[in-house]
Amino acid sequence: MTVKAKQKTETRLMTGAEIVISALREQGVEVMFGYPGGAVLPIYDALFAADDIRHILVRHEQGAGHAAEGYARSTGKCGVALVTSGPGATNMVTPITDAMMDSIPMVVISGQVPTHLIGTDAFQEADTTGITRSCAKHNYLVTDVDQLARTIHEAFHIATSGRPGPVVIDIPKDVQFATGTYVGKDGVHKPTYAPRTEPQPEAIEAVAELIAMARRPIFYTGGGVINSGTKASEALRKLQAETGIPVTSTLMGLGAFPASHKDWLGMVGMHGSYEANNAMHDCDLMICVGARFDDRVTGRVDAFSPNSKKVHIDIDPSSINKIVRVDVPIVADCGIALEALLAAVKHRKGKRPDLKPWKAEIDAWRARNCFAYERSDTIIKPQFAIERLYELTRDRDPFITTEVGQHQMWAAQFFHFDAPNHWMTSGGLGTMGYGLPAAVGVQCAHPDALVIDIAGEASIQMMMQELSTAVQFCLPVKVFILNNEWMGMVRQWQELLHGERYSHSYSQSLPDFVKLAEAMGAHGIRCEDPTQLDEKIIEMIEHPGPVLFDCRIEKDGNCLPMIPSGSAHNEMILGQITGNEIDEAGRKLV
Amino acid sequence: MSDGSGAPAPTAPQNGPQSGPKSAYFLNHADEEVERRTLAVLVDNEPGVLARVVGLFSGRGYNIDSLTVAEVDASSHQSRITIVTQGTPHILEQIEAHLMRLVPVGEVVDITKSKRGIERELALVKVAGTGEKRVEALRIAQIFRANVIDTTNESFIFELTGASDKISQFVDLMTPLGLVEVSRTGVLSIKRGKEKG
Repeated sequence: MTVKAKQKTETRLMTGAEIVISALREQGVEVMFGYPGGAVLPIYDALFAADDIRHILVRHEQGAGHAAEGYARSTGKCGVALVTSGPGATNMVTPITDAMMDSIPMVVISGQVPTHLIGTDAFQEADTTGITRSCAKHNYLVTDVDQLARTIHEAFHIATSGRPGPVVIDIPKDVQFATGTYVGKDGVHKPTYAPRTEPQPEAIEAVAELIAMARRPIFYTGGGVINSGTKASEALRKLQAETGIPVTSTLMGLGAFPASHKDWLGMVGMHGSYEANNAMHDCDLMICVGARFDDRVTGRVDAFSPNSKKVHIDIDPSSINKIVRVDVPIVADCGIALEALLAAVKHRKGKRPDLKPWKAEIDAWRARNCFAYERSDTIIKPQFAIERLYELTRDRDPFITTEVGQHQMWAAQFFHFDAPNHWMTSGGLGTMGYGLPAAVGVQCAHPDALVIDIAGEASIQMMMQELSTAVQFCLPVKVFILNNEWMGMVRQWQELLHGERYSHSYSQSLPDFVKLAEAMGAHGIRCEDPTQLDEKIIEMIEHPGPVLFDCRIEKDGNCLPMIPSGSAHNEMILGQITGNEIDEAGRKLV
Repeated sequence: MSDGSGAPAPTAPQNGPQSGPKSAYFLNHADEEVERRTLAVLVDNEPGVLARVVGLFSGRGYNIDSLTVAEVDASSHQSRITIVTQGTPHILEQIEAHLMRLVPVGEVVDITKSKRGIERELALVKVAGTGEKRVEALRIAQIFRANVIDTTNESFIFELTGASDKISQFVDLMTPLGLVEVSRTGVLSIKRGKEKG
């Protein structure tokens, strides 16, 4: 009898807690991130004997969630977090929402007070399914131990298929103790849940025809290409090689197409490149693959790429026509659709229009050198810091995570990715504090890799305690803090929008990050001098353990270029901010 | 799918702010007319399913004019939720797509759009009065084919089924005759013909 057939017929009796561990094992879970508490103690007890599932003890449940996200994003597998009831579950709300916004597959198991106490305001009781209903892809409260195994298998299926997302399983303590039947994952399916993955052949044919006619085409790709797996990135590269169409990407999609390629335009959107934004604005065919026309990408929607035919490939039908009306919608898995499109394009006879004039125009935009900045011998420019970090680490195939703010955008602009799954950032929700725990998750998945959290001094303090996790589990993550003492992006917006009234965006008191690192058992490095930056970065890379790098940068640097809110793609600020860029309507936007 | 709004044909490249015709692509769909729709949502009858549906509407700022829900097939644990909503065609398209994203939602049928829908509502209407008004209330009730399901010397409770506007009309007529209170089920719907859904 094969293993598979054995699982199918296997209906062993065990406790709910053992069912949880058995189901995780069957799902191939190797690492989980969690924090124990009263309502999950039975599961932790079962975990005690499970040598094949590694548990990473975080310092705050939010850290467990982001670590699971980082793990998932860097491997393409499902991240798993285990937390207790009440505060354990409410601390998970931010990472759950974050994973929902960025479509990250994650299963969160939370303990709940015993069934008979639900609704009595018991100690550490929270309505976890109620609270997470709108921020998770799906959730469950399991009240029958015989449904537990089936529920966990279904949760993994839902989290990882279709548009991926977080799924919460809330398990009351008495259910963890109760004895029930374990069922294997085969045969578990939910009839009402059937995401569509295959594109309609007519739609693919229509896109192939548009490509055959387009003189100014562009690929606008997003996180969906990464989520669809490495095959989707390969298909994108092949299709691009076949057609020669230039490629831009959202923040979430960086790495799907190699940044070293001559037809790479850089990132699109608010802090994207001049050439990418102008090409988006002036194209005649926009092929959007796994992106969702987010407001950070489109700028002013009524001036968004006014003269183009638009194709939108997305696995989620609700993304189609949500923000921008498209001419050819394709509801499908990005990878499958790109492969079908490649076949259709190859199959077509006849010459395609010459793209040389279009590329010449793009080169003229490129020649503006929009990421140029003033060099300095005395202070470290943030752009310079990221540039040096990139140059000194690129040969090591590093994984980069970020927090949220200016440093995140500088990282997106000045760090370049040639492979998918190497860039982990909180795009949709914009969660400060994401980067360090995400780096912990990435390092667990890739123990020998160089994992760097590019951080700001404000963001890092939101999840600082996870450095202790890294120390405990010998995870040599490097935290590279661009320290300008300001909440830089807030300060920049106050300069731009609020007449330089810097309300509560300066940190009067900052920790001594070097001493802090030492206090937590990590290594601290400080650098204030641009001439010493290289050697200190090398010191960071070569240190075998976790490092906190306090990189003191220019204090009032702005992240440019920028599309001011309420403006169109071809209205970028390139040089200096004057304070008059945003009109009354734009001021009201976020 | 063409948007049908006559997007301008590709023109020579333009740099700098657009001065020509504005884009055909608007986030603000103010020029679209608000329509009223009845949606039948077939769901697995599992805990929290109604909250998911209702939460979707409140969370994304959609309207619910009426909502009814009951299990319709106990063997397959299937419930039918009938929602009357309003929105522009763009919003209505989004509502359907977002409903389908919910895991326990199996099917969403736009009854209004099918043009073959039948919609009915049931109302219980309490009217108190004596003398002429009481006689008149009973006479109108007979015209509307309402049943009297409870009576005292000074009051009636009428049971009435019909389309929503028929019920509203009945309530309006009862108002001067001593209307006390109204209880309505909200709209139920089904499609004509032999097919399901």
